[in-house]
Amino acid sequence: MTTDNTIARDVVLARIRQALGRTGSMAASAEPVAPDVPRRYRHAGEHPPGSPALVDLFVDRLEDYRARVARSADDHASIASTVRETVVLALSPNGTEDHADGGEVQDGILTAPGIPTAWVSGIGTRPDLGTMTPAELDAVPAVVTGSVVAIAETGTIVLDGSPLCGRRALTLVPDVHICVVRTADVVQTVPEALARLDPSRPLTFVSGPSATSDIELNRVEGVHGPRTLAVILAG
Amino acid sequence: MSTFLGMPSGSVGGYGNLPPGSGNLAGEVPFPAAARAALDNARLRRNLGHATATIRAKRAAVVGEVPDWEALRDAGEAIKASTMARLPELLEQLEGNIVARGGRVHWARDAGEANEIVTGLVRATGTTEVVKVKSMATQEIGLNEALESAGITAHETDLAELIVQLGHDKPSHILVPAIHRGRAEVREIFLREMPGVDPALTDDPPVLAAAARAHLREVFLRAKVAVSGANFAVAETGTLSVVESEGNGRMCLTLPDTLITVMGIEKLVPAWTDLEVFLQLLPRSSTGERMNPYTSTWSGVTPGDGPQEFHLVLLDNGRTRVLADEHGRSALHCIRCSACLNVCPVYERVGGHAYGSVYPGPIGAILSPQLTGLDGRDTNPNDTLPYASSLCGACYDVCPVKIPIPDQLVRLRAEHIEAHSDSAHLPTPEGAAMRAAAWIMSDARRFARAGRAALKARRGIRRGKPIIPLPPPLNRWTASRDVPDLPDETFRDWWARTHPQDVNAGPGEHE
Repeated sequence: MTTDNTIARDVVLARIRQALGRTGSMAASAEPVAPDVPRRYRHAGEHPPGSPALVDLFVDRLEDYRARVARSADDHASIASTVRETVVLALSPNGTEDHADGGEVQDGILTAPGIPTAWVSGIGTRPDLGTMTPAELDAVPAVVTGSVVAIAETGTIVLDGSPLCGRRALTLVPDVHICVVRTADVVQTVPEALARLDPSRPLTFVSGPSATSDIELNRVEGVHGPRTLAVILAG
Repeated sequence: MSTFLGMPSGSVGGYGNLPPGSGNLAGEVPFPAAARAALDNARLRRNLGHATATIRAKRAAVVGEVPDWEALRDAGEAIKASTMARLPELLEQLEGNIVARGGRVHWARDAGEANEIVTGLVRATGTTEVVKVKSMATQEIGLNEALESAGITAHETDLAELIVQLGHDKPSHILVPAIHRGRAEVREIFLREMPGVDPALTDDPPVLAAAARAHLREVFLRAKVAVSGANFAVAETGTLSVVESEGNGRMCLTLPDTLITVMGIEKLVPAWTDLEVFLQLLPRSSTGERMNPYTSTWSGVTPGDGPQEFHLVLLDNGRTRVLADEHGRSALHCIRCSACLNVCPVYERVGGHAYGSVYPGPIGAILSPQLTGLDGRDTNPNDTLPYASSLCGACYDVCPVKIPIPDQLVRLRAEHIEAHSDSAHLPTPEGAAMRAAAWIMSDARRFARAGRAALKARRGIRRGKPIIPLPPPLNRWTASRDVPDLPDETFRDWWARTHPQDVNAGPGEHE
């Protein structure tokens, strides 16, 4: 830190103390007392994590924001077959089911390094080693990752930069993001989700594909982030 | 909302001698003149009317589905008040945590100092361009202009900011700086200013969004330095967050080697659990979504993931001045959702440019004059902002942290009148009229006589306007307001006529 900045720091902190009436003779201010924070809002919803009603709500919210949703059983073989169908569908030029039947899976799909390899068996994927540049990631057609928690009421999945979720650039630059969410990780409310997260990790809360409301305040999907978000609900 | 029409209590304007902010906090013309020009622009009014009606309906729908909305507002208000009361300790805690996680923290007393710090940091990297996430703080300090004069190109990456930047325009809304532009105008700007744009571009919003994606992709992939603001900073964990929609924020926060975040000192919250309140309040209040598409949080530097050099610039620029006023300091609780703009009948008609400052609308009308100070001269644009309101109270009803904006507008009007008599040694016309009214109303006999005298004016009013125009300055009142029809007799005369037995116990004319 430069000397100048030490001065600025001391000045700003001194100004704040003066503004709060701790120093100097202020005309009006008595030192404010920090109020108790009333936390009468809901900390948990009425549905336990992963319950069927909650998963239905989550699906409704995801689809409302134009995310694609596929359901799967919780075993690796079911997940693998759903991932494969989802990849083919997401990468087919017109996005139709017909094309998905027996379609070829494109090369070069990346996965988060820590997902079970069984999730992507039978597809030519490779794990992200963290070495590709942004420009190289731009040539990747799709990525498959896990997630750490999901919020039903808001249709949000949360990625935490762990090996299961991948580094942040991985789920950002490629145009298709396929995210496997375990139903047991679906909670109802925002407070329930935050309680499960580690703030020291770089977190990304994703609610639908990239969108903007900047033209006439209407929501339009598809700007800089992945234009296709496909969520596979396993369990 | 029942308290704000009363007279402000306590002394007005306890700002101590703390210095005002500088930068883009005031316009060049007083609000009434700027508003008159804006009202002449039919296209502007149509665009604003359409956009604000859309967002109001969306907000109302997603707020209505939250059963504990009022409890969240109460918590949001208290968390911010608690933050302000402990600000020095919390800032030092934030600083310690960021430094411990590999970041660096810089302090800026004013706009110029913040610009110098950022320019120096960019220069040190050897690059001559930066990508930017939409940030009110950097708009406030005029960072783009400062970088430009240092030979550094700043690319705005938010779609609305891009529309403003390419259109050589100024932002007019906190959330959607190009709200004053309709889709046809956006198309025209892109065709004219965007290099390599498809000449067959239509005005369909998805097509326009795709054009922005293509235009900025290369810039994101090569950028070495990003500049952002921050929506929240958590003191106990050293965590910063940016709430956005398009993914341009994620691009800036993730891909470059160096990230520089400029943040007002009031953007702090004490604890990680406090974010659970604001991540519910902010998206529903601002874009009318249950959750915005992307929220990023980061704590210092994460090896192998994202920028490996992180700088936080903490900005005062008049905020300590606002903090010093015990009534005004709640303006610092603002989380920049812009719900108050979208419901304001004044904002909806005149748009953001008329307010001059980068902070328009109701929150701007209280924040800007407090940041810069009022000087009591009617030629000072920010002196006119507290009057840019009908005091309808809608802004308070939608504010997610319950800032009593109408109360503060009334208080700032009083402050303006005091400053005016101090600077001009003469009361304002309103001040003189109010003093006369106080003299009449403080004596029952005078008040009764004045009532009867007023009835004589009855024949002089037709369809709400005086038959003979009033002389200045009184005509400034009647030019935009109707005079109500006067009754045949005063209430006191009516009471005396219809309740002869109660005259002595009546409404109290002690004759």
